[in-house]
Amino acid sequence: MLKSLDLFVPGEAGIIKAVSGEGKIRRRLFDMGVTPGAAVTLRKTAPLGDPIEVTIRGYELTLRKAEAAYITMEVRGNA
Amino acid sequence: MLKFALAGNPNSGKTTLFNTLTGSTAHVGNWPGVTVDKKEGVYKKCGEPISIIDLPGIYSLSPYTPEEIISRNYILDEKPDCVINIVDATNLERNLYLTTQLMEIDVPVIVALNMMDEVTRCGGKIDAAKLEKKLGIPVAEVSALKGAGIKVLMDKAYAASKTPRKGSTVLKDSALAHLINDVKIALAGSGKVDNPLFHAVKLVEMDSLEVEAHKELVQMIDDFKAIFTDNTFGADFEAIVADSRYQYISKNFSCVLTKPTKAEGALTKSDKVDRVLTHKWWGIPIFLVILFAVFHLTFSEDLLYLGAMGAIPETFVSLEGTFYEGMFGAGSIHSPGVILFNFLDSSMGGVSEALAGAMEGAVADWATGLVVDGVLGGLFAVLSFLPQILLLFLFFSILEDSGYMARVAFILDRIFRRFGLSGRAFMPMIMGFGCSIPAMINTRTLADSNERTATIRVIPFFSCGAKLPILTAIAGAIVMNFGVGNADIITYSMYVLGIATAIVTVLLMRNTTMRGEVPPFIMELPAYHAPQFKNLMLHLWDKLKHFVKKAFTIILASTIVIWFVSHFSWGWNYLPDAAINESILAGLGQFVQPLFTPLGFGSQLNAWGWVFVVAAVTGLIAKENVIATFGTLAACITAGFAADEALEGIDSVVQMITATGITVPALLAFIAFNMTTIPCFAAVATAKAELNDKKKYHATLLFWIVTSYVVGTIIYVIGSWWWTSFLFAAAIALAVFLIIRNNKHRKCPFRKYKKGV
Repeated sequence: MLKSLDLFVPGEAGIIKAVSGEGKIRRRLFDMGVTPGAAVTLRKTAPLGDPIEVTIRGYELTLRKAEAAYITMEVRGNA
Repeated sequence: MLKFALAGNPNSGKTTLFNTLTGSTAHVGNWPGVTVDKKEGVYKKCGEPISIIDLPGIYSLSPYTPEEIISRNYILDEKPDCVINIVDATNLERNLYLTTQLMEIDVPVIVALNMMDEVTRCGGKIDAAKLEKKLGIPVAEVSALKGAGIKVLMDKAYAASKTPRKGSTVLKDSALAHLINDVKIALAGSGKVDNPLFHAVKLVEMDSLEVEAHKELVQMIDDFKAIFTDNTFGADFEAIVADSRYQYISKNFSCVLTKPTKAEGALTKSDKVDRVLTHKWWGIPIFLVILFAVFHLTFSEDLLYLGAMGAIPETFVSLEGTFYEGMFGAGSIHSPGVILFNFLDSSMGGVSEALAGAMEGAVADWATGLVVDGVLGGLFAVLSFLPQILLLFLFFSILEDSGYMARVAFILDRIFRRFGLSGRAFMPMIMGFGCSIPAMINTRTLADSNERTATIRVIPFFSCGAKLPILTAIAGAIVMNFGVGNADIITYSMYVLGIATAIVTVLLMRNTTMRGEVPPFIMELPAYHAPQFKNLMLHLWDKLKHFVKKAFTIILASTIVIWFVSHFSWGWNYLPDAAINESILAGLGQFVQPLFTPLGFGSQLNAWGWVFVVAAVTGLIAKENVIATFGTLAACITAGFAADEALEGIDSVVQMITATGITVPALLAFIAFNMTTIPCFAAVATAKAELNDKKKYHATLLFWIVTSYVVGTIIYVIGSWWWTSFLFAAAIALAVFLIIRNNKHRKCPFRKYKKGV
């Protein structure tokens, strides 16, 4: 099943299928290791509901839902 | 001398390695300026002394943040003899991404595999020998913290620096390998380009800096793009390159790394701490409590609220006249910050009095005046605040080192976004409470130029350590002289006023001159760890050195100048203290004074009124000068009334109040003016360098002047005539209405987020 990362709930995991978005943001995501094929687990959302914290390539990354919306995921289930 | 550069991801232990390598004997200097914020030191334990350059932490060599550009330009232009790439072994994949880029430059590269002990502790294993073989560059295991493996690393680096190295790429198997090779040959053929491989890869990625530099080759890439197809990425070369790097890393290095067999879902210590600190409900309250505690421990005169509760009688402990008198107030216990302040203050007061006694009669009156009132008075007024500044700095260093500051950015991002900034802007702003200069330099971590400019402009409103004396001295004097309010509360509310001014002006800028999208927020959250004592002390030592150096150079020089211009008339005759009103300084002050009438310290004051204007102007050199100037001038003014001994801090302000007849609202306006106006010389120079744009810099100066003038006026006018608040409210409402109407059809920073775009 495909859905964008911003729709994930805490504990949900998946594999990145595609990364869209405008140049600068996208490049930044790539540089931080957000590339197709990487496994991502949503750890939690911030107290005010946004941004989110994910585990990717063995470290914790935080990004906003607006940016997470650019990331298409293949859901792999709940951890 | 050989030059070795340290490059690596933020939080990979680069600075720790730098400190271990260069030791305490090293000359550690910060270059202010645009091109560099790199530290340099010397490593002496090799065959010859080696200069070590600590570059800013980066994730990639893309041209998007100023730090990336600094590191990239340094390696390409300065051509170090070797690049030591420090790699955090606990985070191998992402760290090696930068390594694959560094390898493409024609420079000897060596990997320093740091934090191996941490990997072993978690039950993991990394085969360094295998890694070395796969990468084709030397790899050395180190523990920067414990200093293990340093000798081996440096010997290997030294050996590597002796043989020139040609860049190599991991993109050999990528679909773009041919194109990269063709571009490389074309670049090398032109004969003008060093590092052809690196530039070729960046050009293929259509990196903006490269496209600018090699316009003639863009056609070649476009031609290739026209016939290129890829199922996943289309003709998006930037994506293909990034993906190929990660593909290569995960394919080749998963065998190098044996992951710990930790049960999924098991919580580490860091996770447990994180659960509490970023808790859905408790996260924000905990942050507020921590922030309050930091300020309370530094500034409070009533640490445990014993005084407020009346728990102990006022005469319980006074120890008046003893060495320990600074520890307790009237029926209360002071905070560590205030205790240290009192100790230093009373011991310096002693020195000053002893010296005055020794000089009296022995030398000319003017010489005693110059040394005791001019030099010592000014210097001590400033130095006595050193403990509180250091303590505040220590607390912030602890919060930063532990990894909590990054979480605060995470918690607060939602709020910052409302003002058109990202949570990352929190860090430089909070650093502003310590000193504006490192805070402004820290804005380099902000990728968006509008966000950087706006943040640099409001940083001075986060009242720095040097402005603290203004706050405490005037607040104390208000309480002492008028018997109104509470010094603590006045100080806190002035801090809040600064923050409020920052919020309002950022909103204003983002809606008028700096419209644009909210910058993205994509940030690593480092694992929590206990702060390193050695690191904290190094931070404090740096700060201490900086402050003391400033006190004995710029502040000392300006107090002497102030003393001279206040003791000589236009005809260059020496004036006794009582005749200060005829001095050069008074003449200049009286000339500018009417300008400050709307703020309450202009024409409405009597003969001595010019001292406030003069103090504010000397504050432009260094903010500590404001109170130092009061100290110097109060000694003269009191001499004009009744001879009294040397005055300090609060007392000198009280004298000023009696002499000038200034009102409470005007005093508050004076504090607000000093807090929000043009910061000190050093901060202005930093802002100029960081903005790196003449127009923006001039606009920033104007912004500070206008803001401080407006804020000061509002405070004074409303404070004096409460009903005018209606007029101001109406004016603000009108301004808001006009801005909203004007922005109706424009792109504003408040990007809407819709679910699942």
